[in-house]
Amino acid sequence: MSAVDIGPALDVLDDLAPINHGHVIPLLQAIQDRYGYLPHEVLLEVSEQARIPASHLYGVATFYAQFHLEEHGRHTVRVCKGTACHVRGRQIIQEAVDEELGIKPGQTTEDRRFTLETVACLGTCFLAPVVMVDHDYYGTVNPDKVAEILAGYE
Amino acid sequence: MTENGSRIASPADLSARREQLIAEDVGIRRILVCSTGCLAIGAREVEAAFREGVAAADLQGEVQVVATGCHGLCAMAPVVVIEPNDVVYGRNRIKYVPDVIEQTVKSGEIIRRFCFGRDPEMAHLGDIPFYAHQTKAVLRNVGRVDPQQIDDAIQRGVYEAAGQVLTSMEPDEVVEEIIASGLRGRGGGGFPAGLKWKICKESPGSTTYLICNADEGDPGAFMDRALLEGDPHSVLEGMIIAAYALEAAKGFIYVRAEYPIAVEHIRIAIEQAHERGLLGPDILGSNFSLDIEVREGAGAFVCGEETAMIASLEGERGMARPKPPYPALRGYLGQPTIINNVETFANVPVIIGQGGVKFAESGTEGSKGTKIFALAGQVNNTGLVEVPMGATIREIVFDVGGGLPKKREFKAVQMGGPSGGCVPASYLDLPIDYDSLREVGAIMGSGGMIVMDETTCIVDIARYFISFCAEESCGLCAPCRFGTVRLKEILDRICGGRGTIDDLNDLERLAEVVQKTSLCGLGQTAPNPVLSTLRHFRDEYLAHVADRTCPAGVCTALLPEKEVATAAKEG
Repeated sequence: MSAVDIGPALDVLDDLAPINHGHVIPLLQAIQDRYGYLPHEVLLEVSEQARIPASHLYGVATFYAQFHLEEHGRHTVRVCKGTACHVRGRQIIQEAVDEELGIKPGQTTEDRRFTLETVACLGTCFLAPVVMVDHDYYGTVNPDKVAEILAGYE
Repeated sequence: MTENGSRIASPADLSARREQLIAEDVGIRRILVCSTGCLAIGAREVEAAFREGVAAADLQGEVQVVATGCHGLCAMAPVVVIEPNDVVYGRNRIKYVPDVIEQTVKSGEIIRRFCFGRDPEMAHLGDIPFYAHQTKAVLRNVGRVDPQQIDDAIQRGVYEAAGQVLTSMEPDEVVEEIIASGLRGRGGGGFPAGLKWKICKESPGSTTYLICNADEGDPGAFMDRALLEGDPHSVLEGMIIAAYALEAAKGFIYVRAEYPIAVEHIRIAIEQAHERGLLGPDILGSNFSLDIEVREGAGAFVCGEETAMIASLEGERGMARPKPPYPALRGYLGQPTIINNVETFANVPVIIGQGGVKFAESGTEGSKGTKIFALAGQVNNTGLVEVPMGATIREIVFDVGGGLPKKREFKAVQMGGPSGGCVPASYLDLPIDYDSLREVGAIMGSGGMIVMDETTCIVDIARYFISFCAEESCGLCAPCRFGTVRLKEILDRICGGRGTIDDLNDLERLAEVVQKTSLCGLGQTAPNPVLSTLRHFRDEYLAHVADRTCPAGVCTALLPEKEVATAAKEG
């Protein structure tokens, strides 16, 4: 495993100084913004510098769905699990996406092209069922459209 | 006269600024392009096309293109409203923009194919039943202002109620006004807001904190999102008034990170309010000061529960804490803390503007004012709706919502998300308020309304919500951690064709235990979707366990093979 550059994490610590306990979530969010995930080496360094136990950082990082401890794919695919999507047949969309990518929600494809996530609700119920790739929304999706949508992302 | 962009020194200065802005806009017609919810379906490109079109037609002096919040009629997205007489066009595409500019903006002609229902009789906002049956009070500015321009808000009178409060009312008078209004918390619980403030004021502590709960996590709810995206300054104004009443000097807005536009707009609004002296030290020349910090959630539904939200703000795992003590007594950092929902804060300036007693004239005996609902599911006019408390489900689903598509039969409406319940057709004429919904086993919740037809399996819906709660349970207390999972397993069994009559009794018994013994609101309300469906749709459960059929044709294990193939195809 290649060494991770600690520099960006130190910048984050500078930006947020003086750091107290209440800053843990914004702190982890800022680190994830820079690195795309929360690298182990970085969390240890941050723990040392900010004098917050690593166990606490990990406790928080593993509680919230937003944080991930492993590198993500280049694109994030989210299939909305909202109620409106559910009553309009999201399940078969999820199956089509799983099958197309060959992974389950929470996993990343081997080529690191896609990470698959679910989301409780995107609040775009008028488009149900909805798939979101990075920041792009795809509404009234049917299983036949899935491959075509994903093909647009390299 | 106030200079553009400068600090506003007093309420009089604010009024002068408003009049100046109104005068500057005389004779200007505006094209209002929804640039929030509709962004998901190409609104940004449509807005750009309108800007180019207006420039090309040399109309800049008289026509302005404005990027606004949600017009509500999301089913017709992207939606554009054209002044002066509010022509509503839906399904806008870049290629149609030149026609709209040429025919409608320049010549005032109506283009039939963009109208609601492709009916030219419904060209104007007031003609469309979707709007005609609504009362826009809290949403009055959403869709009318550019949420990224504080001047638009000022021009519409935002911050005037704050000015009035800061200069002519004592903090206690403000609390009395909110008590008189009868306002109840819009986040779900429905606790009287004024009373909560009063309790907080009487609590011992060195500092009082104010938190705006914008962690709208209920699937199928997008009211708070629309307010923050479309009229963030009114939310800030509500917080300023509340902070003054509570003598709080620090506020937080805890907003769901999955709402990037809401986060962006509220941050811009806070920055602009600081520049104008509407936040920060000595607001509007008074000696009252307030800072508001935005905190993004990190993807935990339970953080919508107030004690879990406080834990999250303190940098902890978002786990609920036992109540009492309630946050009003001991909350953030152990100090008295008020947590109100976005919509509750947005109601505050309305109440101050018209007076608490006047506000209390609208609505029902126990629920005053209006309520915003997010209408979705199997309904024609999916969108954002504001009606007076006491409107019936029929009015919302059929008059405003235009009924169900493909002439399908109304089966139920799910209200209140994972904490709520399914209300069957026999209650279509039920006037909606906090108390009536509770009586039928649902709750107001934050205001999500999902319409279901005969193709929706009620048992599957109960399973859907309990799965959601099982996943989102913080895991602290056993009844919720284990109970939700066991409930889900029983429902899995029933949907999988392996259920028995005994399972129904077990469901009921376990649901009651979870309801009564869980630590926080998540666990206490998680069984509601199960209990309400057992109560109103027992026949459908019986069909699953006794007849081994799924009447809606959803549970594939209970369908003949041929139908499974068709169901998969039709989705």
